[in-house]
Amino acid sequence: MQSTLSQPQKAALPTKNETISGSKAVLEALLAEGVKTIFGYPGGAIMPIYDALYDYTDKLEHILVRHEQGGIHAAQGYARTSGNVGVVFATSGPGATNLVTGLADAMIDSTPLVAVTGQVFAHLLGTDAFQETDVINITTPVTKWNYQVTDAAEIPAVLAKAFYIARSGRPGPVLIDITKNAQLQLFEYEGYKKCEHVRSYRPKPIIRKEYIEQAAALINEAKQPFVIFGQGVILGKAEKEFIQFIEKAGIPSAWTIMGMSAIPTNHPLAVGMLGMHGNYGPNVLTNECDLLIAIGMRFDDRVTGRLDKYAKQAKVIHLDIDPAEIDKNVKATVPVWGDCKDTLPLLTELIEPKVYPQWLQKFRDYAQQEQEQCIEPELHPTTDILSMGEVINVLNELTGGDAIIVTDVGQHQMVACRYANFNQTKSNITSGGLGTMGFALPAAIGAKYGDPKRTVVAVIGDGGFQMTLQELGTIMQFDVNVKILILNNEFLGMVRQWQQLFHDRRYSFVNITSPDFVQVAKGYRIEGNSVRERKELREALSTMLNHNGAYLLEVMVGKENNVFPMVPQGCSVAEIRLK
Amino acid sequence: MTKQEFTITVYTENQIGLLNRIAIIFSRRKINVESLNTSPSEVEGIHRFTIVIHEAEEVVKKLVRQIEKQVEVLKAYYNNNEELIWQELALYKVSTDEIAEHVKVERLLREHGARAVVIRKDYTVFETTGHREETDKLITVLEPYGLIEFVRSARVAIIKASSGFHEKLREFEALEPSEEVIENEFLDKQDEVFTM
Repeated sequence: MQSTLSQPQKAALPTKNETISGSKAVLEALLAEGVKTIFGYPGGAIMPIYDALYDYTDKLEHILVRHEQGGIHAAQGYARTSGNVGVVFATSGPGATNLVTGLADAMIDSTPLVAVTGQVFAHLLGTDAFQETDVINITTPVTKWNYQVTDAAEIPAVLAKAFYIARSGRPGPVLIDITKNAQLQLFEYEGYKKCEHVRSYRPKPIIRKEYIEQAAALINEAKQPFVIFGQGVILGKAEKEFIQFIEKAGIPSAWTIMGMSAIPTNHPLAVGMLGMHGNYGPNVLTNECDLLIAIGMRFDDRVTGRLDKYAKQAKVIHLDIDPAEIDKNVKATVPVWGDCKDTLPLLTELIEPKVYPQWLQKFRDYAQQEQEQCIEPELHPTTDILSMGEVINVLNELTGGDAIIVTDVGQHQMVACRYANFNQTKSNITSGGLGTMGFALPAAIGAKYGDPKRTVVAVIGDGGFQMTLQELGTIMQFDVNVKILILNNEFLGMVRQWQQLFHDRRYSFVNITSPDFVQVAKGYRIEGNSVRERKELREALSTMLNHNGAYLLEVMVGKENNVFPMVPQGCSVAEIRLK
Repeated sequence: MTKQEFTITVYTENQIGLLNRIAIIFSRRKINVESLNTSPSEVEGIHRFTIVIHEAEEVVKKLVRQIEKQVEVLKAYYNNNEELIWQELALYKVSTDEIAEHVKVERLLREHGARAVVIRKDYTVFETTGHREETDKLITVLEPYGLIEFVRSARVAIIKASSGFHEKLREFEALEPSEEVIENEFLDKQDEVFTM
């Protein structure tokens, strides 16, 4: 007799002109868009999609996270290392609201995402139904586009539009909210057509030859030109075009935190990082250059410091794909609208090959001062207490700059970005614009799925780790090989640093107690170790990197170390402090 | 940067939720919208927003770019009052007895370009169209006689220099629009900023 408990049968996949459910249409859309990995969490209103997913597990890998925020950060990490659109599933109500932080993060850091949320039945909309929330209106300010589907027949075209909008132009997150009836509804499926054009949407502004010519003329005339670049170079997949440009132009170049790793950190024209905790030379010399060439960056306040004292002496060329960025914070003398993958080669063609040895030497001189006063004491402290910088320094030696470094937010993030070496692009994954503590652990999971061959090291503070440590469960269940490096200073360090410097050492609620992280990891069947001695450091890091599988290493570092240099808030970049 | 009245004209797709997307561009920056009107435009299926704000031109420019960045917005323009023909419509409800007793209705209608929409035993509704000052004037006149209700519509405006949206829409529908039709404010208006 046949058991009624036998394994459920898997249904066949649809063909063209067949009647299928809205849920199947969602999964067919993902397949057609080349999606392989979904991060998500099921729930009542998205159950039909999860039911359909049951038949697709050989084609679509679904990673069950422990919290929807973890799911969306993982999708972000995936998008950032793979260069593809990240996909996250969540249910209605709390599932959807838990995505909001990740959407805001992806919006401000231009990360291509498609979030699919379940929604209550269409006839229940607006009735305060169980797990109903107005997701479309909640997420409007933090999405590039969002749309609510109430009829299954719309699904193929809406998903096609979602992927197109998410990845084209200046990328960003798109949310598609699908009511439960639309997921269940059967409709005549006519196949999936990729979207290539939306009439009201111009992802790439038309390149104007006039600007290219004017920009080239300014570059050819300049005595002390300076290139500053952001994530636009990486998002535009224009690393090669960028290097050809700066090498022909011979111009010293500095990155924003989001632009980091677009060129190797040891490139001869690389002069370091901009911004509040960036390098000395790039900040000071921003106010001495005669031509500032901004490429794929948006003049964030953490980069510019006091705006009315920012590069006032310089002419400004601003290359950006988003016309709304031109003149938003810094007035452009010449705006070069367009995708830098297209505009940079045009510019490279028109410029004369040049070198600026004296100008470059100025950067080197400042670097020397920074080396003596900041870097040397950070990397080789004279006390027995470990510093964050020396941990990153040893990590560099062991990885050779080949690892993907995912950072959280705070002092460890600034130190990691200041000292980490990178040989290849898409290697520095961090929450730049939103500054989301708790980003790193889930983003590292996604980063590993996005580029599985590379080593992924998540560098996290003791505070941020406790915001999303539930994702250790995901790492355990799916055996995700990520290395977790906790730099524990037993403080919410960056806030403490500000309280020390600007609030008279009134340490208000920055003293954070942590659990035994190694024991916590052990509970999740993840191996780990904790060190505080210099002599143990190298071996501990080496063990972490060589371990077959996930590993957690906690390094106890100086409690009250500060990150320097620093441009204090409200000061000009030229007023950067070395101590 | 002195503030003045600007009218923003936005051509959009007819899409649920777009009103909110546009409204939050202002509210996020704590900018008050003086009036907002949505209506069909000269092109079938294309909606037209007319938004009036009191702001500095520098700010308005940035707002317009943020509006244009929305996926379902085709084009946004901003104009000062000299560049526009505009009207607002106002309705006034007054007691018929009161008005018949105290004012010469005929003179009232003539002087204020008003017309009576409804005359009933208990009340009369007048209507005027015009600029804010003109519709305001009639309030002052009617107030002493007990203005029961007053309402004014949002501004609707025609851009003097515009040649409409038919031609532009064709370009938007094309995959490769020509340079001439997608106007570029830097080339068109920023000559004073950049000179070679």
